[in-house]
Amino acid sequence: MQQNTSAIDRRKFLKLSGITGTGFLIGLNRGLANTVVTGYFQPGADVYEFTPLINIEKSGTITIFNTRPEIGQGTWQAVPSMIAEELEVSLDQVTIVQTGGEKKYGPTQWVGGSSSVRGAYTDLRKTGASAKEMLQKAASIKWNVPFEECYAANGKIFHKPSGKSLGYGELAEAASKLEVPAAPKLKDPKDFKILGKATPRPDVPLKSSGRAVFGIDASTPGMVYASIERCPVMGSKLVSFDDSATKNVKGVLQVVKSERIVGIYRYETIAVIAENYWAALQGRKALKVKWDYQGRESFNSKNFETKLRSLSSQEGLLDHSQGDFEKSFSAAAIKLEAFYETPFVSHSPIEPMNCLASWTAGNKLEIWTSTQVPGDVVSGTAKEFAIPEDNITLHTLFNGGAFGRRLINDYIYEAVDISKKISKPVKVIWTREDDTQQGPFRPLTFSAMKAGLSADGKAIAFQHKVIAPSLEATLEKNHDKTKVNKTMTEAISEQKYEIPNMKNTYVAADFDMPLLYWRAVTSTTLAFAHECFIDEMAVKAKKDPLDYRLGMVKKSSDTEKLLRKLKEVSNWNKKLPAGWGRGVAQYEFFAGLCGQVVEVSKKGKGIKIEKVYAVIDMGTIVNPDTVKGQVEGAIVMAISAAIKSGITFDKGQTMQTNFHNNPVLRINEMPVVEVHIIADGGEVIKGAGEPGLPPLAPALCNAIFAATGKRIRRLPFDINNI
Amino acid sequence: MNKQITVTVNGTEHTLEVEPRLLLVHMIREVLNLTGTHIGCDTTSCGACTILLDGKSVKSCTILAVQADGKSIKTIEGVSAEGQLDSLQEGFHLNHGLHCGFCTPGMIMRATELLENNPNPTEEEIRWGISGNLCRCTGYNNIVKAIQYASAKNRGVETASTEPEFV
Ligand code: FES
Ligand code: FES
Repeated sequence: MQQNTSAIDRRKFLKLSGITGTGFLIGLNRGLANTVVTGYFQPGADVYEFTPLINIEKSGTITIFNTRPEIGQGTWQAVPSMIAEELEVSLDQVTIVQTGGEKKYGPTQWVGGSSSVRGAYTDLRKTGASAKEMLQKAASIKWNVPFEECYAANGKIFHKPSGKSLGYGELAEAASKLEVPAAPKLKDPKDFKILGKATPRPDVPLKSSGRAVFGIDASTPGMVYASIERCPVMGSKLVSFDDSATKNVKGVLQVVKSERIVGIYRYETIAVIAENYWAALQGRKALKVKWDYQGRESFNSKNFETKLRSLSSQEGLLDHSQGDFEKSFSAAAIKLEAFYETPFVSHSPIEPMNCLASWTAGNKLEIWTSTQVPGDVVSGTAKEFAIPEDNITLHTLFNGGAFGRRLINDYIYEAVDISKKISKPVKVIWTREDDTQQGPFRPLTFSAMKAGLSADGKAIAFQHKVIAPSLEATLEKNHDKTKVNKTMTEAISEQKYEIPNMKNTYVAADFDMPLLYWRAVTSTTLAFAHECFIDEMAVKAKKDPLDYRLGMVKKSSDTEKLLRKLKEVSNWNKKLPAGWGRGVAQYEFFAGLCGQVVEVSKKGKGIKIEKVYAVIDMGTIVNPDTVKGQVEGAIVMAISAAIKSGITFDKGQTMQTNFHNNPVLRINEMPVVEVHIIADGGEVIKGAGEPGLPPLAPALCNAIFAATGKRIRRLPFDINNI
Repeated sequence: MNKQITVTVNGTEHTLEVEPRLLLVHMIREVLNLTGTHIGCDTTSCGACTILLDGKSVKSCTILAVQADGKSIKTIEGVSAEGQLDSLQEGFHLNHGLHCGFCTPGMIMRATELLENNPNPTEEEIRWGISGNLCRCTGYNNIVKAIQYASAKNRGVETASTEPEFV
C-alpha cells in the first residue's frame, strides 16, 4: 500500500516541482524547483487554447490556470479539480499554473468570502465540459463516426464500437478550431472521479520539502532589501530624521522617504535599503526620527471602550425591524438585557507581509508577492502609479496564510514606490512587530442586547444593537455615514429564529486607524453576543438551550437541519461527567452556515476545552478533507481570538508586538475536533473557509456557563481563571 | 570585520565570510539561498525557522551564523532528495497536515528530532514535543496524525490510515 502511494507521490511531485525534464516549468529561485506562475510559464510548441483557462499542447501536455491564489485554503487543488473533472483528466495529468492578474484570465483572480468554490462550481465545470466536447467532436469528425459513439476518459477520446482512441494532444489543434458549445452537458455527480472525494492536496509535497516558493522567498538578480520605519502612532506627521548612524551600518545602501497607502490613509515612512535584510534591520534601528503625533498619542483602548459603552444609549441606524419591538418588549412578562464586548484582533498570518518589486526603464514593473487579490494588485498598482496595466507582470506566489490581511495592497505599493525611487529591484519585508502593530485590524464590536419573553418563555421581542467603528469608513473615501454599514451588523438580522418583534440597529463610533476584513469578519464578534444571549434567554425560559433554539427556528430551514444533526452527533442528551458542561451555537452569514457544540471541564480555577463538535452545511463539496481542515483551522483561530490577547492601544500605539504578547493557540492547548459535513448535493453551495469561526466563542462561553454558572460577556477572557 | 566559517549544510561543506552578528537563519535563506527555512517572528516564538544543528533542533533565528562554525546543518531541503518524500513528508501529504505550509518545514525538522529520540511517541509526547512550533492555520490535529504516520512507517507498522484515493 505504501509503496504504491510513494510511486504516485513521486510522479505528482516530479510534475509539480518542475524537474520533469520537459523544461517548461521554470524555477524562479536560482535553480530551486518550485511551483509555476504565469509570468514564468513557458508553453511548449503547438499549444492550443480552449478558453484561457485550459491549454492543450500537441505533445499532450495539459495546463489548467488557477485564478484563485492559494492561501492555505486548498484552491490550488479545488479550482483545477472542477475543470479536470469535466475534462476527464486527473490532476496528475495536468500542470497547474497560478495566474497573475492578467486581463485574459478574467475577474475571478482573488480569494475571499469563502467564495472560490461556491462562486465558480458550475462555470468551471462548464469550462472543462466545453473543452471535452470539442475534443470529442474533433475525434468524431476525424473518424467520421457519430459524436455519440465517442466518449472521453483519462485524457483520451475513445470510439466505443471499435475501441480506437486518440490522445487530447493529437486532437487539440482540430478541436480548438471548433465552435465552443454554448450549453455543454455536465456529468452526473454519481460519476464524479475527483469532486466530492477526499484526496491529498498536490501542493503538500512541495510545501513539506521546502521547495514551494512563498512571496517572501522570491528573488531576482540585483535585488536589495528594505526595512521600513513607520510611526508607531499611525497617522503621525514626519518632522525630520537623522540617518547618519544608519549609513554607518555595513551593508546599508541608502535611506529614502516613502509612503504607506492603506485604505483611505497615506502614512509617511522611511525605508532603509541594504544589501541584505539583516543590514536593513540594523540600519532601521539606528534611525533617529522625529514625528508629530498631532494629538493622536492621547488615544487609548480604555477611553475608547468607555465611549462605546456610552454610545449604546443612542438610537442608532436601523438595520432591520419587524413587528413592534418597543411595545412588545415593555409588555413582556420576562425581560432581559445584556451587554457584550469584543476586542480588535490582528490577522497574524505566519508569513509576514512582503513584496519584491522591480521598476525598470520605460515604466515596466515586475512584482513577486503573496496576495489574495492578483487582479486588484495589477489594476490598483497601475492606477496608483499611473502606468498602463500591460506594463505590469505579477507573480502570485504561495501565501503563508492571509485571513483577509492580503486583500489590500499596502505592502505592495511600498515596494513599488521604493523600487521606482531607487531604480533597483527591492524586497520589502515586514517584521512580526510591524505586522502586529501596524494593522489593519479586525474591528471590535460591542452589542447591547434586549429580549422580552412571554410567561412561558417564548421569545416575543428581540434587539441586537451594535456599537462599533465602521470598517468601510477606513477603506473608502466616499463612505456614506448616514447608512448602516452592513459589514458591522453582519447577519444579525438574518438568523433563522422566528421572533415576531425585532429591532436591530447600528451606532457608529469614530475611529481613525486602518481596519480590514478578517476571516468571517464581524460575524466572529456578533455571533458571540447573539448566540450567548439566545442562551441567556433559554436559561430564563428554563429550557434546554438546543431545544429552545429548535423551537424558535424556521421549520425545514437549513438551520433546523443543522441543529438536529448537531444534537445527534454531539450526543447532546448524554449525561456528562461531573464538572463538565456543554454549549451550543450556530451562525449563518454570507459565507455559509456552521454550528458547534463545545464540551468543557473544570480544571482548578480554570476551564479545559475537551471537545468541539462541528457541523457545517455545504450543499455540495469538492474535497471533504479540505472542508474538515478548514473548519478545524477556523476553530483554532476562533479559540485564539476568544481566550488569547486581542489588540489594545495606549498612547496612540498598539500595545502588542509579537507572538509572546499576541499569542495564538499552541498544539498542546488544542482540543479534539470532530467535523461533520452536511452535503446533500444541492444546487446552493456554501463556503468552507469561514463559517467555522463564528459559533466557537459563543458555544464555548455557553459551555462554561453550563459548567460553572458564570456568564462571560467579554472577549478575550482568561480561560485559566474563570 | 567579517569572519570566515565552515559549515556542512545538507551534506555539502561551505566556507563563508559572514558578519559576526548575522543570524543563522539569514545566512541560510539569503547566503545559501535555502528558502525552505522560514521566518515567522524573529524572536524564538514560532519555530518556522527550525533546523537541525549537529542533529539537534534549534530555532535558527536565535543563533548567530558564527556559532554554527564547524558544525553540520540540516534544513528541510536536506530531508529527502528532490522528487522523493520521507516518511514525515509523506505523513503530511496523506494526512492533510498543512494548509498554507509556511510552518511545515519547521514542524518537520522538529518532528525529525523527536522521532529520532523517541521512535514511538504517545500522542501526548508528540503534542508536547511540537509545542514550540506555531501553526496559524491547521488546528494541529492533522500534524499529530502526520507524525504518528511517520512513526508507524519508520517502525514498519501498518498504519490505520485508509488507502488514499488519488486523483
Ligand atoms: S522565526 Fe525563529 S522562532 Fe519564529
Ligand atoms: S499551515 Fe499555515 S501556519 Fe501551519
